[in-house]
Amino acid sequence: MNKKLVTLPALVLACSSFLNPVLAEESVKIGFVTTLTTGGAVIGNDMKDAVELAVEHLGGMAGDKKIEILFEDDGFKPEIGKQATDKLVKQDNVDFVAGYIWSHVLMASFKSVVNADKILVSANAGPSAIAGKLCNENFFSTSWQNNQTPMAMGELLNAKGVKSLYVMAPNYAAGKDMVAGVESTFKGEILGRDLTKWGADAQLDFSAELAKAKASGAEGLYVFYPGKAGGAFIKQYTQAGLQDSLPLYTVFTVDSISLPKLQEAGLDGVLGSEMTQFWSPDLDNDQNRKFVSGFREKYSRYPSFYAAQAYDSINLIASAVVATGGDVSDTAALRAAMMKADYPSVRGPYTYGNNHMPIQNFYGRTVEKDADGNWTTVISSTVFENHQDPFAADCKL
Amino acid sequence: MDSAILITQAINGLQLGILLFLLASGLTLTFGIMDLINLSHASFYMLGAFFCASLTLITGSFFLSVLLALLATGLVAFFVETSLIRRLYHREHLDQLLATFGLLLCFDTLVHIFWGPAGIVMPLPAWLNGQVGLGGVVLPIYRLIIIGAGLLVALLLYWLVAHTRTGMLIRAGASNRVMASALGVDIKMLFCGVFVLGSVFAGLAGMLIAPITEASIGMGNDIIITAFVVVIIGGIGSIKGAFLGAVLIGMIDTMGRAYLDTLFALFMSSNAAETAAPAISAMLIYLLMAVLLVVRPQGLFPPRLR
Repeated sequence: MNKKLVTLPALVLACSSFLNPVLAEESVKIGFVTTLTTGGAVIGNDMKDAVELAVEHLGGMAGDKKIEILFEDDGFKPEIGKQATDKLVKQDNVDFVAGYIWSHVLMASFKSVVNADKILVSANAGPSAIAGKLCNENFFSTSWQNNQTPMAMGELLNAKGVKSLYVMAPNYAAGKDMVAGVESTFKGEILGRDLTKWGADAQLDFSAELAKAKASGAEGLYVFYPGKAGGAFIKQYTQAGLQDSLPLYTVFTVDSISLPKLQEAGLDGVLGSEMTQFWSPDLDNDQNRKFVSGFREKYSRYPSFYAAQAYDSINLIASAVVATGGDVSDTAALRAAMMKADYPSVRGPYTYGNNHMPIQNFYGRTVEKDADGNWTTVISSTVFENHQDPFAADCKL
Repeated sequence: MDSAILITQAINGLQLGILLFLLASGLTLTFGIMDLINLSHASFYMLGAFFCASLTLITGSFFLSVLLALLATGLVAFFVETSLIRRLYHREHLDQLLATFGLLLCFDTLVHIFWGPAGIVMPLPAWLNGQVGLGGVVLPIYRLIIIGAGLLVALLLYWLVAHTRTGMLIRAGASNRVMASALGVDIKMLFCGVFVLGSVFAGLAGMLIAPITEASIGMGNDIIITAFVVVIIGGIGSIKGAFLGAVLIGMIDTMGRAYLDTLFALFMSSNAAETAAPAISAMLIYLLMAVLLVVRPQGLFPPRLR
């Protein structure tokens, strides 16, 4: 009896999906997979807000087509992310799938989209495998390949004359990419390296590692701790009183999600710390000014880089829909249009490499107070111009 | 090996152990005396942290907030015990597991609704954020505070259990529940009191860790498993076992993280050692538990007459 009750709505849903193609004539459907539950939801909400702002700035239209966004939650887990992706592709019959914060979620969901001959736009994750051997013509990124940002950090450290470094990162795929990246460009000596436990029961108490880092006598401490681990790390770094003896250099750890919380707790040890990034809220171009001021007006906070990438992903898709005259069934034409990256990006103009990863600038950023006293990041130097990731050579496209 | 860093790491290990003890003491009491498997213990750890962090942001006083948050956690625990947990004592372990796991999910969602998904950073008074130097060993003051607070609670608990009438009843309940109630002990009251006390200690652990990490959803779900390991290693129902087991596990975990990669590098490449060490050190405590379950299944210090 119960079973029948369950199958009935399923049948109705199945019938209604036959009607969908009629609707699809008038609108372009974009599935957006991100993290909307668990602690990772802070990032997901920032991206969702940016997507909604992008649609608003586009007047809700891509050419003469209405933009329809379907948000899905990945629950911070690869298997749930893949289920959500399958639902978007098979049941909702979306034209594009975008989003993906986490590399392991993207890796699990990747084939469901590209094998269905639909276009996938990563708005954050950039695992080395998808940039290299597994690269696919239907994949595009509006972020970066994982290794690029730490490579820029290595270069920044060389320029600053830092001779020795202590390295800390979580023990998983992206963590290893972040360590490999900085070590491939940093010319000094690595005095120690700690890969800490990651995942649902990630290690958040770094007392043992910080004691080792301090004892190593290194001139700098390089870390990658995204999400809530970042805030925890900065607190303990400050409480251990290391900001004077062991300057902190980070990637994807200090952002506009963690800074307001650090400011509230008065942890001013993070002021002046340096990081590298492809973008910053103060980057000087028309589109970025429009994005940052629009975002601050609507949500009363600074957008994070996650938000910037999500905002770009919608604009990239809209530009391709306009270029093909609204014909979203012609994937080849859409791909050709997206390859041109012919849209105003918040990072300024960039191009796509053979693996569809952006070839773009990377900047050094410093944590400073803005005119109103809010803590934010400010560009201090340009580290790389038009930088391409090292895995493009492994891609057969 | 540098002795200053060895002392630092030992104190770090002690601090982790103390924190685990605060969690495990409540768990071992409810498990040992009431025969209740309580996964929602983790929720009180989380609630303590959230209450205290919010109160600190409102009142601006750390110590006042801790007191108020302890009270609030106790009230929630009292409400949960009288409305739900009370009905579970006579059910099977599987039922208890399901019900308390459900409770855990409810609390996670309630926290999400009230405080949002972001978690709260808990500010500390400036003097607690500093460091103190003792003969070449520089330590964050706050970590010493955690150790002090934990030892105080351990002493209090020792006094309560070993030297008071209530403690005698608790021990009687742990040894033989049926006999204790036959002798006219008000088991209902006793159980409620023990549950609330255990939950308040869990809340205190959450409050103490919040300034180091932060108050976040599901923060207790990670550490509760380790606390169960402590209970099993120490001997179910034994406060002394919970204390020594917790310190032992805190030490093993910290020392593993600190020295295992150096140790492994002696007989394998440094790259392999760096990848293997965190994985192995995360496993160490479970290996210890597995060995102990074979050699001494009743735990290190089981309560007598069980």
